[in-house]
Amino acid sequence: METIVTLTKNFDYSGYISILEISYLLASVLFILGLKKLGHPETARSGNLWAATGMGLAILFTILFHKTRLDDGTFEGIHNIGWIVSALIIGSIIGWFAAKKVKMTAMPQMVSLFNGMGGACAALISLMEFPKMQNHLAGQQVTTMLNGEALAILLGLTIGGVSFAGSMIAFGKLDERIGDFKSPVLRYINLSFLFILLAFVLFIMFKTPVSGENWMIYTLAGLALIYGVTFVMPIGGADMPVVISLLNSFTGVAAAMGGFLYSNQAMLTGGILVGSSGTILTILMCKAMNRSLLNVIIGNFGGSAAGSAEIGDKTVKEISLSDAAALLSYSQKVLVVPGYGLAVAQAQHLCHELENLLASKGVELKYGIHPVAGRMPGHMNVLLAEADVSYDKLQEMEDANNEMNNTDVVIVVGANDVVNPAAEDDPGSPIYGMPVIKAWEAKNTIIMKRSMAKGYAAIENNLFFLPKSRMLFGDAKATLQKLISEIKNF
Amino acid sequence: MNDILQFFIEYREAIFIIILSIFLGIEVISHVPSVLHTPLMSGANAIHGVVIIGAIIVMGHATNVLSMALGFIAVILGTLNVVGGFVVTDRMLEMFRKKKKQQ
Repeated sequence: METIVTLTKNFDYSGYISILEISYLLASVLFILGLKKLGHPETARSGNLWAATGMGLAILFTILFHKTRLDDGTFEGIHNIGWIVSALIIGSIIGWFAAKKVKMTAMPQMVSLFNGMGGACAALISLMEFPKMQNHLAGQQVTTMLNGEALAILLGLTIGGVSFAGSMIAFGKLDERIGDFKSPVLRYINLSFLFILLAFVLFIMFKTPVSGENWMIYTLAGLALIYGVTFVMPIGGADMPVVISLLNSFTGVAAAMGGFLYSNQAMLTGGILVGSSGTILTILMCKAMNRSLLNVIIGNFGGSAAGSAEIGDKTVKEISLSDAAALLSYSQKVLVVPGYGLAVAQAQHLCHELENLLASKGVELKYGIHPVAGRMPGHMNVLLAEADVSYDKLQEMEDANNEMNNTDVVIVVGANDVVNPAAEDDPGSPIYGMPVIKAWEAKNTIIMKRSMAKGYAAIENNLFFLPKSRMLFGDAKATLQKLISEIKNF
Repeated sequence: MNDILQFFIEYREAIFIIILSIFLGIEVISHVPSVLHTPLMSGANAIHGVVIIGAIIVMGHATNVLSMALGFIAVILGTLNVVGGFVVTDRMLEMFRKKKKQQ
């Protein structure tokens, strides 16, 4: 760092700014390439490193070379470097440990938490820049705040605040600290809140004269936080991945607003890139669940739609542990369909144990992974990989379905909607058309479930009542443990 | 109308970057296998931590105690977003790589 400072001592201010701009250009290119590489399995890890390098570059060069033009035409560099560096160190240590210590199953809420931090950061920037701009404009006898900078500050605060509050609620829901709060009234409250929020932004911009009243910006901050809470509150816990992806793109836009404010190209490109790619990602995730984004946000999935097939008082058949152990021991091909329940019970390691045990008896066990199994797309693959399940044991949904006729036993562990036959044969069902794993085509189906509770789609699953299906009630982890010891004694 | 045109001229560079970046973002993300959605979201999450640059700039020009304190918090939060985001993504992708080796 010393050498860089001495090397550039002879530069004038435009020289400093050129260096800074070149570093921002490089950072933007690294962000784009990093994001591109993240989209391919072979290059994903290096893509992440590239983007991180770009970020480090942008941060370092901002501290060293950033200059602000003052009202009297002179330039001023970054002060308080000691404080900035200590904040960077504190943040790095906390962030590093939080990210390293978090359990693989808790990954989604961690992402949500970090996203909220970014949103709060954007909101705080606006909160500090607003009084500055207000004084500046008042000093210049400007009548209203009708300019791009004011718009960027206000939108940065609004979007950042919504993203922060929303991410915290999403974090609470995923961590099972906050329950679902569904009410049709909330939908109208939300809409009116959104309206008030936007109207207040316009009010601040058109208000004359511009005076040193800071209450407006604090009120706006409060409104944004409340809206963030009411926006996420009615959305079901199982839809949180989509919400996080959406809030992720919100924070991107909030960051871009900061870039607009400071004419900072790195922030602008980085923010907008995340904003647009995040939106596309959100839509892709909705598509994988065969739903529209609006449907997720309004949060009325299932619920009212009871489905055309009336279940009545059909009964399910249970299977005892010893019968299940015998059935599995005499099978040749077994397919485990893991779901959200497996992730919650942290039963992935036991699945792997069962796999090894059955392999020693000459039984082949594979995993059928539905694209949206778990809490996020691809989450199940990560969880099973953590339990050392080898890659060739994981089957995509299509492959699993193709081999279903030759499969002796399908064990459904904590999954529900992804094995619901209603998606294929009941046009009245809300999940009709969603691709599912056809567990009912196998010779036998064992369903491990905590209770007869419905899945997040809140619809009945006919699979449980089919003649070939047997239920094994209990917590996924405890049941698997008992099943394993039963097979060992068999 | 005149105001809008003036707004466009005044901020044309930023508007160009915004519009082109939107298309770039869409183009870069399309056709990604669903297995990678989670790490991709997490990686994008880390990238918007670039907002920290704004926090550094504010902090660098803070004069009173209140803005110093708020700036300090903003820098910490931004760093959490950046460092935590990249490290979590790396941990997720590490799992994928392990799988590939065994393949």
